[in-house]
Amino acid sequence: MLSILRLLGQVLVYGAVALATWWFSVNPVYRQAPAGMAQIKLSFKHGGARIADCRRLTTEELARLPSAERRPTTCARERVAIAVRLAVDGELLYDETLEPTGIARDGAARAYVKFLVPAGPHLVEAWLRDSKRAEGYDYTLRREVMLEEWQNLAIDFIAEQGGFLFR
Amino acid sequence: MPPLLAPLRAVFDFAENVLSRVFPPAWNPMLNLGALGFFFYWIVTASGVYVYIFFDTGVAQAFASVEYMTNDQWYAAGLMRSLHRYASDGLVIVMLLHILREFALGHYRGVRWFSWLTGIPVLLFVYVAGISGYWLVWDRLAQYVAIVSTEWLDHLPIFGQPVARNFLAPALLESRFFTLMIFMHIAVPLIALMVLWLHLQRVARPRINPPRGLALGAGLTLVVLSFAAPAVSQGPADLSRLPGAIGLDWFYLGAYPLLENLPGPLTWTSAVTALLFMAAIPWLPPMRKPAAAIVDLANCNGCARCMADCPYGAIAMTVRSDGRPFEGEAVVDPDLCVACGICAGSCPTATPFRRVADLVPGIDVPERPVAAIRADVEAEAARIAGASSRVIVFACRNGAAARACRSAEVGVVAVNCTGQLPPAFADYVVSRRLADGVVVAGCAENSCYNRLGARWTEARMEGARDPRLRARVPRERLKLVWAGRLGLAGLRAEIAAFRQRLAGLGPHRPQRPAAIRPPEERIDA
Repeated sequence: MLSILRLLGQVLVYGAVALATWWFSVNPVYRQAPAGMAQIKLSFKHGGARIADCRRLTTEELARLPSAERRPTTCARERVAIAVRLAVDGELLYDETLEPTGIARDGAARAYVKFLVPAGPHLVEAWLRDSKRAEGYDYTLRREVMLEEWQNLAIDFIAEQGGFLFR
Repeated sequence: MPPLLAPLRAVFDFAENVLSRVFPPAWNPMLNLGALGFFFYWIVTASGVYVYIFFDTGVAQAFASVEYMTNDQWYAAGLMRSLHRYASDGLVIVMLLHILREFALGHYRGVRWFSWLTGIPVLLFVYVAGISGYWLVWDRLAQYVAIVSTEWLDHLPIFGQPVARNFLAPALLESRFFTLMIFMHIAVPLIALMVLWLHLQRVARPRINPPRGLALGAGLTLVVLSFAAPAVSQGPADLSRLPGAIGLDWFYLGAYPLLENLPGPLTWTSAVTALLFMAAIPWLPPMRKPAAAIVDLANCNGCARCMADCPYGAIAMTVRSDGRPFEGEAVVDPDLCVACGICAGSCPTATPFRRVADLVPGIDVPERPVAAIRADVEAEAARIAGASSRVIVFACRNGAAARACRSAEVGVVAVNCTGQLPPAFADYVVSRRLADGVVVAGCAENSCYNRLGARWTEARMEGARDPRLRARVPRERLKLVWAGRLGLAGLRAEIAAFRQRLAGLGPHRPQRPAAIRPPEERIDA
């Protein structure tokens, strides 16, 4: 009788552990975003203009170089910082100056930001400056979008493809 | 014990106590956490090999191949997938409990620092392996795991471009990423296994397989659970949408909502600090280490029993250095010795019958020498002399608080571990009529603080291991009680019942032929 009770106890222990294992392997359900919301994600990797223009080497400078390394021009490595802004329905969500990466500051600037917005129609505007100019922007985006619930609108930037693009 | 650990230890003592009512002592899951971890690891490995046969690593094919297993082949590959999932969860559960229990028992300090420290990378590897496994299914949960993981990694300034950009849009994701993940998912557990081998290097006779009954129970539970609630995917990943509501595996992904919503520097700092703290606690604060066991060469005959019985591998045999005609001599590594005294309990020269010279055995612990135990026995025997049904209790310091059982009829003598008690002490008490019976009270069954002390005690008293209890000691006058820290009431009851039995037996009359001197006394000759 005692052994049957113990066996029953073991079954109960195994059952309880199994139940807890199953429950916590899928519950409680996690909501990454509240209902009725959508996400706008701005991400890109882009190198700004060189901080100084390329120039021709002088005859003396060329003479100082080993013959195998002589080239007509020299260019600065360092790049300018990139200014970027993102606004939704006129509200500025992101306004940053992105520094170039790398020890010599010659790498591309990187952006990866995301914002939750209510689902529905929105006016998305974005601006980006990657030149040496101090004012204004080199690329702009202005587009009306209809975002569904939990839609993820990815905005990328590829200069060769004209600037901002929706993914 | 640090006061902060006392409540945690009480919780584990309670759990052990409850489980010991339904499981046989050897099967108690709380006492087999490490072995269960290995058991789950093998199930994860075997089921993983089977699942891998059907798995396709392409972006478009991964989800479909897992769906095929779950729906079309639910009875085989689907079952294996569920076993893979639930055994992984089981592995995390027993691993975390194992860490907490060893912490509560203070098994992270002193000589055990090595096992503690090598356990930390195992913890990390198990998590990396589990998380990469969830990634491979490429359902909505995988999408969430992939994005939060990579966004978290991107807080480190080590990547050329944000890794999370790979998951910006469906067009940017390449199958190569899945190849990398499956490589990680296979390689990381193998590395974990290698580290586990290191983890056990300083554990003498590690239990890496659970008892068959427990393995059968745990395995059957996994199979039943796999059929009753099969692991299923949560809809295909779609990078153009947020995963929305997802069922997280909280055992592996419990920290993900925090990683997602708290600032990266804060979560990274917290994680690194927690790991560094875990790595440092064996030395925080510095532990007072009891003096290590000492070998007395004049009494050591090189029998090697101490080396065989030491649970910490702290004793080695080396070439005899004093010129006496024995094969070797014992040498103690003070860095590995915890002064449990099990070596003294195994030493054939640690016999209380010795009177010609001082009681100095071949090996002994300075802070609780065998001679002091004999002195305490004699003092307690003198105190209870004249009472009826007298009992001497040899009580392990890590078991029930046997001191509370002390009375006019019951004497209590403390030992560091029941394994420290040479069986000759039971003979000494009974043969010399210092008491009518002997109780040896230790940790709960199968839960010896020093892992092997209780096991050796049982074997020695049963005559199955050297040094053996002599046949002349009536076994009905000896009682082993594995009461544990919470077992004081049980110990009291056992002592009371034992005394009643002794009363029925009457006083002991040793049969001692006058012409033959006992071998114990010849040792000094």
